[in-house]
Amino acid sequence: MEELSNLFHGFAVVLQPFNIMVMVVGILLGVIIGVLPGLGGANGVAILLPLTFSMSPTSAIIMLSCIYWGALFGGAITSVLFNIPGEPWSVATTFDGYPMAQQGKAGEALTAAFTSSFVGALFAVIMITLVAPLVAKFALEFGPAEKFGVYFLAFCSFVGMSKEPPAKTVASMMIGFALGAVGLDQMTGQLRLTFGVTELLTGFDFLIAVIGLFGIGEILLTMEEGLSFKGRAAVINLRVVIQTWKELPRYWMTSLRSCLIGCWMGVTPAGATPASFMSYGIAKRMSKRGNNFGNGEIEGVVAPETAAHAAGTSALLPMLALGVPGSPTAAVLLGGLLIWGLQPGPMLFIEQKDFVWGLIASMYLGNVVGLIIVLTCVPLFAAILRIPFSIIAPIILVLCAIGAYSVHNSTFDVVMMMVFGVAGYLLKKCGYPLAPLVLAIVLGDKAEESFRQSLLASQGSLGIFWSNGLVGTIMALGLIALFWPLIQAGLSRLRSIAPA
Amino acid sequence: MAKKSKGAAASGPAHRSVEMGVAIFIGLLALITIGGGLAVGIDWGAEGPKAGFFPFYVGLFILGSSLINLWHALRNNPSDKLFAEWIQLRQVMSVVIPTTIYVFLIPWIGIYVASLLLIALFMRWLGKYGWGYVAAVAAGTPLVIFVVFEKWFLVPLPKGPIEEFLGL
Amino acid sequence: MTRSSKRYLLGAMAAISVAGIFAPAMAAWEPTRPVEFIIPAGTGGGADQMARTIQGIVTKHNLMKQPMVVINKSGGAGGEGFLDVKASKGNPHKIIITLSNLFTTPMATGIPFNWKDLTPVAMLALDEFVLWVNAEKPYKSVKDFVDAAKAANGTFKMSGTGSKQEDQIITEAIQKSTGAKFIYIPERGGGAVAVQLVGNHVDSTVNNPIEAVAHWRGGKLKPLCVFDSKKLDYKEKIAGDLSWNSIPTCKSQGLNTEYLMLRGIFMSPGATKEQVDYYIALFRKVRETPEWKKLMEDGAFNTTFMTGDAYVKWVATEEKRHEELMKAAGFMAK
Repeated sequence: MEELSNLFHGFAVVLQPFNIMVMVVGILLGVIIGVLPGLGGANGVAILLPLTFSMSPTSAIIMLSCIYWGALFGGAITSVLFNIPGEPWSVATTFDGYPMAQQGKAGEALTAAFTSSFVGALFAVIMITLVAPLVAKFALEFGPAEKFGVYFLAFCSFVGMSKEPPAKTVASMMIGFALGAVGLDQMTGQLRLTFGVTELLTGFDFLIAVIGLFGIGEILLTMEEGLSFKGRAAVINLRVVIQTWKELPRYWMTSLRSCLIGCWMGVTPAGATPASFMSYGIAKRMSKRGNNFGNGEIEGVVAPETAAHAAGTSALLPMLALGVPGSPTAAVLLGGLLIWGLQPGPMLFIEQKDFVWGLIASMYLGNVVGLIIVLTCVPLFAAILRIPFSIIAPIILVLCAIGAYSVHNSTFDVVMMMVFGVAGYLLKKCGYPLAPLVLAIVLGDKAEESFRQSLLASQGSLGIFWSNGLVGTIMALGLIALFWPLIQAGLSRLRSIAPA
Repeated sequence: MAKKSKGAAASGPAHRSVEMGVAIFIGLLALITIGGGLAVGIDWGAEGPKAGFFPFYVGLFILGSSLINLWHALRNNPSDKLFAEWIQLRQVMSVVIPTTIYVFLIPWIGIYVASLLLIALFMRWLGKYGWGYVAAVAAGTPLVIFVVFEKWFLVPLPKGPIEEFLGL
Repeated sequence: MTRSSKRYLLGAMAAISVAGIFAPAMAAWEPTRPVEFIIPAGTGGGADQMARTIQGIVTKHNLMKQPMVVINKSGGAGGEGFLDVKASKGNPHKIIITLSNLFTTPMATGIPFNWKDLTPVAMLALDEFVLWVNAEKPYKSVKDFVDAAKAANGTFKMSGTGSKQEDQIITEAIQKSTGAKFIYIPERGGGAVAVQLVGNHVDSTVNNPIEAVAHWRGGKLKPLCVFDSKKLDYKEKIAGDLSWNSIPTCKSQGLNTEYLMLRGIFMSPGATKEQVDYYIALFRKVRETPEWKKLMEDGAFNTTFMTGDAYVKWVATEEKRHEELMKAAGFMAK
């Protein structure tokens, strides 16, 4: 058990009072970054960098990684309170988190979100501790075809579960694909769908679409119904945490499944976003109360949050072992490593044991510290909903504008945000589901890219998607997920025939 | 058109016409996408499927589904179902119009002054707060944003002539 | 007070205030706001690693009073970053690190940008390219490799960063020189390219040294030749007995292709000489630090440093060369 002794050594390093203080600072900063749209990990690093040179590399990387944990926790807050996901993987959290907040259960939703994040992250760290080398090897199995398989699975497990008419779901998802395709085509280096407009060069960023469709669209819907946020009755004391905790163990099965999905997606280069969507989609199908998903089911918060964090955490492993960051925030951590002269790659685990195990130990403790901090703030966050609408609404609009602007430092994007806002209002009123649209913007171009890479490699033969056990299994799972409603109907018919 | 409901006359645009409008608009988007796809080529090139391959078929899917939606909108919606009442739409427009003006003002007067105006307008007009309170929140928010974003996180936000004058 | 003494006083006050206004302009220019350091490429690649290291060096050694903020603007093959700096005329607080997409992106996409839109500051280094294969493969030399590629009959896969950029240009050049045919598969960043090769999903890459060195040390990849006119200088052992210096040049192996990539700094248009000089001085100081020297060694960079006219001339020649290469490969925007 060399790993365990290494880990305990790591704990000894991390538990120094100075390092704990560093952790708290990092997490608080991370939460702020997660809450404010428009701030990313890079900004956090910019402020902290001068500070970190007075520390040992281990303390410094603890601080930077705690920004990462803080940002992961913080992303859920705006999703639940205002329907504005700050990061792609918080989108699925809005589906049930925001309805819960509207029913006055913001405290419960936040507690469930934070606790699930913690569980997911913890599960992933344990996995990293025990089977890191194996997992890193698994990540290497993923070529273009396997990557496409994963995206295919994510779409399949999510599509077909909405109550909206299928033609509207298809339209919504395809619009997302079309928007995602705008800009430079990665495969040919050609511009497409830009029609000579320079501002479209960078395409439609997910964040701008989501701030508009979800955030602004929601404010417009609220205006239509009168001038207040529902959910002012949110409980704002800490008892809500304990009460929610009593309820959570019931969902252990969902939780475990989401952890597994998250770890798997995190290690493959697909990352946290497909993990959260996939986990939500599967939870909806498996749950007894699946029909009520989308109306404020606590299980609908547990599933995506657990998976997103399990994925976000396990994604650090390929970054450390292979040097490929899974998300912009992970890239910032990577930048941190480079600044201290640590070259990520297979040798890092052998040559820099102290550092690696210190980092892993800080993942355990950072998440514990993070959980404590954000849970104590739950009443504070819930109390935000008590601010009168005519004050909070313009402030949200301002923050949305800042968020949209800072994606590409472009005022054109702010205008686009407004267009998306009005579109979001109209589409929602007409019964178009918005989630498939967002999913397609986030994953569409990546899915297209790996699809075309695969076809290029196989010279046009679709057989490449069945060419080995791994990709074949993923594709088969995708097809099963797609036709699950039919399969389920068939099974229940069989069952009802059999006893007769 | 709209059936008078009991008491107050609830009137507004018919749900059916809005839905048809949305479907037609989406259909137009589809045509743009198809055109954009054709412009860059949809067949097999040196780099595998050409850049327009994917948008072209996506566009076809959008077109097909929006035609179905249009047909459904024509058939299934009772003509007397309202999209929203005019009074509700006025509420919505009371956000849309100032925010749209706000969005177009940002490049000219900067985000701080524009935000101050937006918040003040909302609080005074919709919230009917006293001027003192309005001034405090409307001036305070941009100030906090300035400190957090520009000073602390080093994110430059758009500025206008007033900031330039103050040398910020 | 007499009138004349009053006038004298006013004159003195005016003189003082004039001096007060002009004094800062006489002293060397210094940034008064945080400096944005734009990377026209994604995270984890060669340019990104260099820019982030520079950020660390500047911060650690206190080389600048204002903070330096690193921002990735990789949209449109870096076009986003270039257009952003181009649009920031007269803002001396914005600098950009370049790679070959300085030339290739406007050529391949037709976006309205040319390097002459920016103010050249300095060449920091030149990045090398190395032909990599998976360590499990039996090829001992470039000849074995080329034979295998020819035998594969057009199914041999080469992966690289982006489309119609430096990696694909080199691939084209290899095809011309050897007659072997490759399928070029673009990825988003150099790190991902190297991982695809480690995972055996492609057969070869032309990664920059720094993008692949970790896997070489880990025994997963091996270098076959370097696309430079002479061997690399660095003799420190990296994998077993091998150092950068032990890699033969491609030319000596019968693969007549050379390519070096600019890692240089430009700033926004309309910068004054003082401002350019400030940044030149800054980067001179950066080059003196041990961290920079370590980066150069890790990445086996060619450490040529150029400023002023020499730099401009070099860039102009490179532009011409890229135009020829891109035209020959049929990569120009129609």
